[in-house]
Amino acid sequence: MTPITLNHYLLLSAVLFSIGTAGIFLRRNLITLLLSVEIMLNAVNLTFVAVGRFNGSVEGQIITFFVMTVAAAEAAVGLAIVIALFRHRETLTPDAFTSLKW
Amino acid sequence: MPTIDSALVFQISLILVVFFALQISAAVLVYLERKIAGWAQQRVGPNRVGPLGLLQPLADIVKLIFKEELRPKAADTWLFYLAPILSATTAFAAFAVIPFGPPTTLFGLLDRPVPLQVADLNVAVLVVFAITSMGVYGIVLAGWASNSKYSLLGGLRSSAQMISYELAYGMSLASVLVIANTLSLRDIVDQQAGVWWVAGFLPVPQWYVFLAPVACFIFFVAGIAETNRAPFDFPEAEQELVAGYHTEYSSMSFALFFLAEYVNMVTASAVTVSLFLGGFYMPFLPDWLGPLWFLMKLAVLLFIYIWLRWTLPRYRYDQLMDFGWKRLLPISIVNLLVTAAGVLYWS
Amino acid sequence: MTPWLFYLFATITVLCSLAVIGQRNPMHSVLLLIGSFIALAGLYVGLDSPFVAVTQIVVYAGAIMVLFLFVVMLLNAPREDVAPGAQVPIPGGIKAFGSVLAVGMAATLLWALSKLVSTPFTQDAQAGARVASVRDIGIMIFRDHAFAFEVTSILILVAMVGAVVLAKKTV
Repeated sequence: MTPITLNHYLLLSAVLFSIGTAGIFLRRNLITLLLSVEIMLNAVNLTFVAVGRFNGSVEGQIITFFVMTVAAAEAAVGLAIVIALFRHRETLTPDAFTSLKW
Repeated sequence: MPTIDSALVFQISLILVVFFALQISAAVLVYLERKIAGWAQQRVGPNRVGPLGLLQPLADIVKLIFKEELRPKAADTWLFYLAPILSATTAFAAFAVIPFGPPTTLFGLLDRPVPLQVADLNVAVLVVFAITSMGVYGIVLAGWASNSKYSLLGGLRSSAQMISYELAYGMSLASVLVIANTLSLRDIVDQQAGVWWVAGFLPVPQWYVFLAPVACFIFFVAGIAETNRAPFDFPEAEQELVAGYHTEYSSMSFALFFLAEYVNMVTASAVTVSLFLGGFYMPFLPDWLGPLWFLMKLAVLLFIYIWLRWTLPRYRYDQLMDFGWKRLLPISIVNLLVTAAGVLYWS
Repeated sequence: MTPWLFYLFATITVLCSLAVIGQRNPMHSVLLLIGSFIALAGLYVGLDSPFVAVTQIVVYAGAIMVLFLFVVMLLNAPREDVAPGAQVPIPGGIKAFGSVLAVGMAATLLWALSKLVSTPFTQDAQAGARVASVRDIGIMIFRDHAFAFEVTSILILVAMVGAVVLAKKTV
């Protein structure tokens, strides 16, 4: 088998990112939307770590920690919003939240 | 003829030994728990099966195996069976990084010394932490998949409790890491060999419990909460939730939860022993008997676990949250700061 | 990293992620994502980054996902197909627009990846050890990136307060 190169990791990351993007567009459930964002963030993390290893520096890992922190903040606020919305409409379908449209 | 790598054979047999030792320890603990409960309540405890009731765990296992496997009709089949497996797996996995003896050649059987530890990682402490944090899923899933109100309440309680106490757990862990300056459990244990001479004549073992007593206490208390033992046994709380997350389980899947609870106790105690009580080192006593000293310390901690369960009443749920967030966490943060200042000052 | 391990973990990650967006039970989605994250942690170990791997499990799989699980259980979130209002059809124009965007993005990614030179990782153990050192990571975070670190902690604090305010019952 051919040795694993940086390209393998980047390709995997691209695939994961595309899956996350597709999830954002295809799903109609607020929780799954947030999960798709997490998939995308992880795809980016993988790129950072792989490139960092390729360059022989720890910077790639450091930015990964910052991304994780941001992901934690995003999840906390996002889920709080989901709870608040669910209290109003009893549904998780984004189509139901139309009050700001007019 | 292929040559057999003796180190590999040793490694595999080590894994098997640890695996079966943990299973046997769970059986022994079940017996001891019931005996100690008997003493605590001025009863005799199990005494019918075998001499002194010693075969009681065996009888329990046989009973559980031959029971009917029940599953609620509305349960989520996959998750319902995944939950106990997950619970038991995480309980066993965490023990892999714990060193329980010094490097040994097994009396000259091997060509080079092999450490008595399944896996020596340079981030071992964090691995323990990671596997512990995965353990919550078994209970939460059991609660959700059963599709029963008591189970769901047990699962919800468990997730909230685990998240709350994991913070204090991690903070007290961090103060040890600050002192030890390493993330490898083997290095941490090695640093606790030897004694200090207090005032020239009083020998004190170089254990971290004497350097960071507050961290040790918080770690132990948070460990009890993480393993869902009384007085923090909210996920199962018999008087409130029937049996909490495992209300709907029977037969072998119930046995797996049972096993997981006791193995978790052993693992949590083993981590405490390695971090604070010098692991397999005992001052003035030979190192090659390390596993014996390790077992002795483990036994003391496990006895305290059982003793606490039959002595203390359960907290109320809001008291539990209060205790975790308003007492344990602030104390552990202050303790971490003080420890860090001390390390800066004396190093 | 040995190739077959890479392919194993990569396959698990991709399949789990596909399943996350591919089915309608939010509970299963969350669990599959945890599986995907654990496989990613395996990939990080292969990249000589054990610290990131463990953090991935502690922070992502152990904390953030528990939060998701907690919310799904708390809301007893309905499956998507039975949720009221889920049957509203998507207008054709939006569908066409989305397809064009998707094709565009795939083309851009493929083009970018085709520009890459296929260089294998340096094999010397020294580079691996340099990347793997937790001490170096700590020094870099708390010395060179101290400002970013402090800003992140403020972000977390703001997010925490915001989450409490948002999720509180009586406004």
